Amino acid sequence: MPLYEHVFIARQDISPAQVEGLTETLQKIILDNGGKVEKSEYWGLRSLQYRINKNRKGHYSLFNIDAPAAAVQELERQEKINDDILRALTIRVDELDPEPSPVLSRRDRGDRDRDRGDRDRDRGRR
Amino acid sequence: MARPFMRRRKTCPFSGSDAPKIDYKDPKLLQRFLSERGKIVPSRISAVSQKKQRELARAIKRARFLALLPYASE
Repeated sequence: MPLYEHVFIARQDISPAQVEGLTETLQKIILDNGGKVEKSEYWGLRSLQYRINKNRKGHYSLFNIDAPAAAVQELERQEKINDDILRALTIRVDELDPEPSPVLSRRDRGDRDRDRGDRDRDRGRR
Repeated sequence: MARPFMRRRKTCPFSGSDAPKIDYKDPKLLQRFLSERGKIVPSRISAVSQKKQRELARAIKRARFLALLPYASE
């Protein structure tokens, strides 16, 4: 069955416990439609780089899904209806990578300095 | 005749075996290829190969959609 990576953002003023409940219900949707969720990750409450629907922060979660397309369509339909979910992105991938995603693993490492000199040509043509 | 400009052949940071994998879920890596204003740095400056630059652009646009990277940053 096709493999998908599905990331969704829940709005900030729901509690982490509710986010757990939300992921449960979403996983159940996939299971009901004959698929399975290989890995489910919770990246925590992260600040968004720009406001989405007046929210500055969001609960990020990731699903690695192995399911038929119908299950994913149903999942996305439910997410459109549910107003706790700000945004979702599903990407079909060739293989699911089991290790924790980079957001979690490299959180503590210092930011490497920017090695290449990027000449900033953002001023418009004068 | 003085060399007017540095001629050192810059290599693509994604070539070779132990190169980092381009992943839209990794804002720290992708940020290195954004200018201060949040625009994608052209490959002639960041010396990324054409194939990797296409992958990089796709990953950056996905990360922007997920608000992991800014569309524009003052």
